[in-house]
Amino acid sequence: MTKEIIQERLNQAFTGAALQWAEPWGMLECTIPADQNLAIVTFLFQELGFQFLTDITGIHYPEQEGKELGIITHLHNLKDNIRLRLKAFVPVAAPDIHSLTSVFSGADWMERETYDFFGINFVGHHNLKRILNVDEMDYFPMRKEYQMEDPTRLDKDDEMFGR
Amino acid sequence: MVEKHIQLAENSVEKETTTINLGPTHPATHGIFQNIMEIDGERVIKTEMTVGYIHRAFEKIAERRPYSQITPLTDRLNYCSAPINNFGWHMTIEKLVGLEVPKRVDYLRVIIMELARIADHLVCNSVIGVDTGALTPFTYVFQWREKIYEIYEGICGSRLTTNIGRIGGFERNFPDDTWKKIHDFMDGFPAVLKEFETLLTRNRIFMDRCIGAGPISAERALNWSMTGPNLRATGVDYDVRVHSPYSSYNEFDFKIPVGSAGDVYDRYLVRNGEMWESYRIIQQALDKLKGMDSSIFHADAPEFYLPEKADVYTKMEALIYHFKIVMGETDLPPGEVYHSVEGGNGELGYYLVSDGGRTPYRLHFRRPCFIYYQAFNEMVAGGLFSDAVVTLSSINVIAGELDA
Repeated sequence: MTKEIIQERLNQAFTGAALQWAEPWGMLECTIPADQNLAIVTFLFQELGFQFLTDITGIHYPEQEGKELGIITHLHNLKDNIRLRLKAFVPVAAPDIHSLTSVFSGADWMERETYDFFGINFVGHHNLKRILNVDEMDYFPMRKEYQMEDPTRLDKDDEMFGR
Repeated sequence: MVEKHIQLAENSVEKETTTINLGPTHPATHGIFQNIMEIDGERVIKTEMTVGYIHRAFEKIAERRPYSQITPLTDRLNYCSAPINNFGWHMTIEKLVGLEVPKRVDYLRVIIMELARIADHLVCNSVIGVDTGALTPFTYVFQWREKIYEIYEGICGSRLTTNIGRIGGFERNFPDDTWKKIHDFMDGFPAVLKEFETLLTRNRIFMDRCIGAGPISAERALNWSMTGPNLRATGVDYDVRVHSPYSSYNEFDFKIPVGSAGDVYDRYLVRNGEMWESYRIIQQALDKLKGMDSSIFHADAPEFYLPEKADVYTKMEALIYHFKIVMGETDLPPGEVYHSVEGGNGELGYYLVSDGGRTPYRLHFRRPCFIYYQAFNEMVAGGLFSDAVVTLSSINVIAGELDA
């Protein structure tokens, strides 16, 4: 199993999906349509030996209209030692994506954390509630519109270096 | 399926099981997190884990901090082996900017990282002893953890949350008395670890408490994304040091200890085996250092590495770089990297997205504790309550790493 075979097999199996491939810093990366994430991960799991889920996390690009929120999944084929990063983007107005918990039990808390911080709705998750923040919180703190400190504070305003 | 002792009539308001809280603060949790357990007599029916009590929003804080100032945040993840976290973060940045680090720095890092692994495993394994009722081994090995902390202290000035090293190397060369401490440690440690093993490994009470407690199969452990000693105890030989070598680990000769049953006893044995391997790695690193130019301790990277103070006062460029580093005005190239190191508890990953500015656009820590702790219910359900307590200490859940 090599990176080329993985690209070829995925492109064949998901011809309509328009997968975009890249390889920044040696890590194979694929941008996938959000509605097919579960199908692609299941295919990778069953056919291409990606049996290990390394990580799921989110990212927010407020200026990308229609695909503001990104879901980044790192998978690992332990047998051939190949890592793969999947990226899917969803609009902030309807941040829905399939949950991977049916394939990986370990996706449970990773998805809850991503929901907690970015508000991404993992459809099919059995217990999607906040994990690290308090239950009463009514916003998603890792989105870029929530600044670290109150932006109206004057005592921290430094013309030269304040940012 | 667990047989129930009490049978209640249908629609009864009473419950067949008892709900107890293990934590948030409880001697068995060794940190601030809660287990809400349903128990039937001495049997655990299920447990629900609640985490987040010491969540400090490191990922959000990191989005405003210059790269060099994020190192102290990584200390506070797994604070039992803080240097591994620090170096992991430095290596992530070095990977992003393509910075080559001298071999001597690699070896020095390996020495400190393996000492940190020994310190981490000493705590975990001796605490299994404490939780099964053997306090003596704990007091013996804690002296030696103290010696490792003195070595950190000689290099960076602090002990628990070390903030050790800088991007590109170390802030200063190792002092002579620290080298003496390292050699003293290497001379004395095998006898101590041997004694520790003699006290616990074949101890009848310890074996009875640990064998068969909190088991998990290799298949389930992989499905739960477990890493580190807990995964290796199930028989999977996944080690980041071997699969994705960093810091010249590919030049070292060491074994990956694995278990078979994935129970508390195997985790204990795997951690002990790893300490011996760490010891061998340090020996090899010390050998490799012989004959190297002992004045090298950092890469030639003026954008990231603070210049000598004398140069700052006399040279223009040194002054500029000093100013830029101190004010955190060093921009990094845009890009996305994922770098992982073998932390004390498993694969500690840094997913860094840079938009070309002075701070990360997004930084995510893949914290091994957070990920494997969710399998705790599966490990203890159906077992005895006392097994659950030992399992909790054997999987080495560090609250700092759990919550980030």
